[in-house]
Amino acid sequence: MTIKKSIQVTVNGERLNREIEPRTHLVDFLRESVGLKGSHLGCEHGVCGACTVRLNGQIVRGCLVLAVQADGGSVDTVEGLSRQGVLADLQEAFLKHNALQCGFCTPGMLMAAADVVQHNPRANRQQVREAISSNYCRCTGYHAIVDAICSVLAKRAQEVA
Amino acid sequence: MNKPRELTEFGLPAVTEDQRYIGMSEPRHGARRLVQGLGTYLDDIELPRMAHVVFWRSPVAHAKILGVDAEAARKMPGVIGIFRGQDLAKICKPWVAVLGHLAGMKSAPQHPMALDRACWQGEPVVAVVAETRVQAEDALQLLDVQWESLPAALEMETALDPKTPVIHPELGDNLCFTRQLDTGGVDEAFSQAHVVAEETFYFGRHTGVTLEPRCQIADYNPAEHSLTVYHAQQAPHMMQDLYSRQFDIPESSIRVICKDVGGSFGIKVHAYPDDFATVALSILLCRPVKFVADRLESFVSDIHAREHRVKGKIAVSQSGEILAFEIDDLTGIGPYSMFPRTSAIEGNQVVNITGGPYKHKQYRANLKVVFLNKTPTCQYRGVGHPIACAITEGLVDKAARMLGIDPLDIRKKNVIPDDAYPYTAASGIKLEILSHEECLRKMERFADYRALREEQAQLRKQGIYRGLGLSTVIELTNPSAAFYGVGGARIASQDGATVRLDPKGGVTVLVSVGEQGQGAEGIYAQIAADAVGVSIAQVKIITGDTNVTPYGGGTWASRGAGIGGEAVLQAGLALRENILKLASAMLSRPITSLTIREGVVVDAETEAALLEFPELGRVGYFRSDTLPAGFTPELTVTRHYVQRDYPFIWTNGVQLSYVEVDPDTGMVKLLKHWAVEDCGRVINPMLVDEQMRGAIVQGIGGALYEECLYDESGQLRNGSLADYLVPMANEMPDIEVSHVQTPTKTSLLGAKGAGEAGTAGAPGAIMNAINDALAPFNASVTAQPFTPEKILKALGRI
Repeated sequence: MTIKKSIQVTVNGERLNREIEPRTHLVDFLRESVGLKGSHLGCEHGVCGACTVRLNGQIVRGCLVLAVQADGGSVDTVEGLSRQGVLADLQEAFLKHNALQCGFCTPGMLMAAADVVQHNPRANRQQVREAISSNYCRCTGYHAIVDAICSVLAKRAQEVA
Repeated sequence: MNKPRELTEFGLPAVTEDQRYIGMSEPRHGARRLVQGLGTYLDDIELPRMAHVVFWRSPVAHAKILGVDAEAARKMPGVIGIFRGQDLAKICKPWVAVLGHLAGMKSAPQHPMALDRACWQGEPVVAVVAETRVQAEDALQLLDVQWESLPAALEMETALDPKTPVIHPELGDNLCFTRQLDTGGVDEAFSQAHVVAEETFYFGRHTGVTLEPRCQIADYNPAEHSLTVYHAQQAPHMMQDLYSRQFDIPESSIRVICKDVGGSFGIKVHAYPDDFATVALSILLCRPVKFVADRLESFVSDIHAREHRVKGKIAVSQSGEILAFEIDDLTGIGPYSMFPRTSAIEGNQVVNITGGPYKHKQYRANLKVVFLNKTPTCQYRGVGHPIACAITEGLVDKAARMLGIDPLDIRKKNVIPDDAYPYTAASGIKLEILSHEECLRKMERFADYRALREEQAQLRKQGIYRGLGLSTVIELTNPSAAFYGVGGARIASQDGATVRLDPKGGVTVLVSVGEQGQGAEGIYAQIAADAVGVSIAQVKIITGDTNVTPYGGGTWASRGAGIGGEAVLQAGLALRENILKLASAMLSRPITSLTIREGVVVDAETEAALLEFPELGRVGYFRSDTLPAGFTPELTVTRHYVQRDYPFIWTNGVQLSYVEVDPDTGMVKLLKHWAVEDCGRVINPMLVDEQMRGAIVQGIGGALYEECLYDESGQLRNGSLADYLVPMANEMPDIEVSHVQTPTKTSLLGAKGAGEAGTAGAPGAIMNAINDALAPFNASVTAQPFTPEKILKALGRI
């Protein structure tokens, strides 16, 4: 349990070297070793999606991936992606539509939403619902989240056209 | 679509002179930090020398604890201490959770951790404290607890049988509380009825599943004999009082701080044994101790709710007039009544609320609340309403079907008329003013009900089975001291707000009601901005700190807007007066010639700008030498509000669910859901819509998916988020919300609560919709959750 492994991970564009226990999950590494508290722990068994982050460009559950699997790779979290690009659009839309209440699911939900916007820019309302079914929200009932994501999809589609 | 909008259609008179924000869909400015991942939830907080506690919890429903061998665990790296219930009982008094106004209620003394006997699977028994959470969990694996299983009381139907073990022998039996209500003419009404519809309804035990688990950090300072508790909690002053009493620490030496809270719904309004254990450990160790429940222990230690069996009966005349209701409610709670709000309130609410929307005169109810060796139950969003509503509305629909009357028409015929208020319902509850008739009319247009009926009929010919389900709802909000205070629980029904003009012209507002996502801080900013007369960008809201805010009850029973909002309004209006007094002194003009527009004192007639707030702040705070002798500016004002005119201010609404049932698979597809609600003056329509939607989906969860399933030995079978089904986006329908506004006259603001009506009405609407779809098969379901298996059984397919 005291054996440590040295890893190098680029987190939100910053190259970090850390000594960690091999059993450390990625989200625990981010929260405890790096001090980024924006990714949350909701279930720690891969269901709720609150710990969703991007690893080498793909969204993953931070509670199902080990930090050592990120060795040599890059991780992006809500803190790093904020205030620019797709995430900024989504953040504004979430505020405008009140697509968050307590906000605990929101960072993970935004990562899932950004993935839809980037990989399925023509998604319809039901496809958005399907895509974010990876993420549990107890507060909103999802309607406003779907509205917010659809508004960003529509706005971006208009900009392309 | 959830477009921000305003509610100008109602033409309610403004409550402030220059109203710009109240009634508007103003976004929540405080939520910006949350979308950027920069909130401060409890687990984000780290303190110097902070230790972490994990609990060994009883693995069985009822166990005698024979001994604990902690030697191996104690030697593990980082372990600070291992504690048993007896260690904590030395410094924390036990509690008995009863309320004086629930006559005859009983419960047994409970300690922070079990002493010699654990009474439910999940009860904390041993605490392991280490320098890190990981180290504590490692040590927990090596803890050797010897125990033997005891016979358990697990079924509410047999809890009172002589053969069933009595959980607390000193109580004599497993009966926690019983209540009877009888208006006197029930039997006569039933004998005169043209139809009598009877049904037995079952409500599955479920739980809140806040995404942020329960959590706290207790930080005891031995030099001061003071305690700071960071807590994900809805009622910080209630916890301050409880810690003071259980640990003999002066109230003023206890500070409870609630920063961002990741969902609450009633789960975080109770005082859990773990809470007291964590505080006790901090006192014993003289260092901060953090407890964060993991998801698996949340399922067995967060309160459960709603395990009820209700036999119901309705008497209806030939013309469709409801004559009487009769119910027999049996509900199973935990082995202890939950502290301090008690586990008898839910059943008590079922008795109060059943039949509530209707004008029948006769009503009989019988309630039994029994102890079980299962996780304790207590108030969770809706508290009795979803049960009372489902049985009422299920019986109304069944009677309508027997009489061949449309469900909408029978409701229109029987609801208490809009001009009949104030009105005392058959159960005795006092209703200030409701709008059932208007809400039903509005729903008929809003959902185009008659067109849906036609569509349903057309599709049925094609073998597509759709159903429409209505539920008429009342919701208890804005409680007076009648809820808890009169029963001896020190839970405030009043709340306070302090509003301060800051030197540079901003307004800081401190409120005793906090934020768990509902938008309380958002609406307080709207109200304060309008009341004082400033831009909302100038308003800063502070909540969730007992050292800082006025004293108050916090968030429960849908009281944040109606009680907290009125306190903010009154404080804001008082500050406005004081600002005008200062301006009058500075300008040597009569106060009546002045008014305020967006942070500027202006001439009341011409609206010509005279003094900007920063200038008032400069003179008021730094150049009081220039003011007339004897005049002192009062630029900080505190006001309190308590609702005393009625025990509760009830709200009303109606919901409609449209579903499609597949008779081959038993699957229910939710096509759409509508809600027309009346919470009085709507302060922010977008936020009310979102309260309705979220609450409706929680109601849908209980109706279709969620149930804490126990095996015959009292083991929770589905205590993980993978096994316990919660609503996810794909299965949920779009939910359209419309408003009727009937302000309460008990406050200037006129706002009632909106937090729970959605959960109250959704299960009944869903049940009625499913049974409407199943009607051609002469089948129906009444046991929630309505799983495909139950529907197929009802259809005789399995």
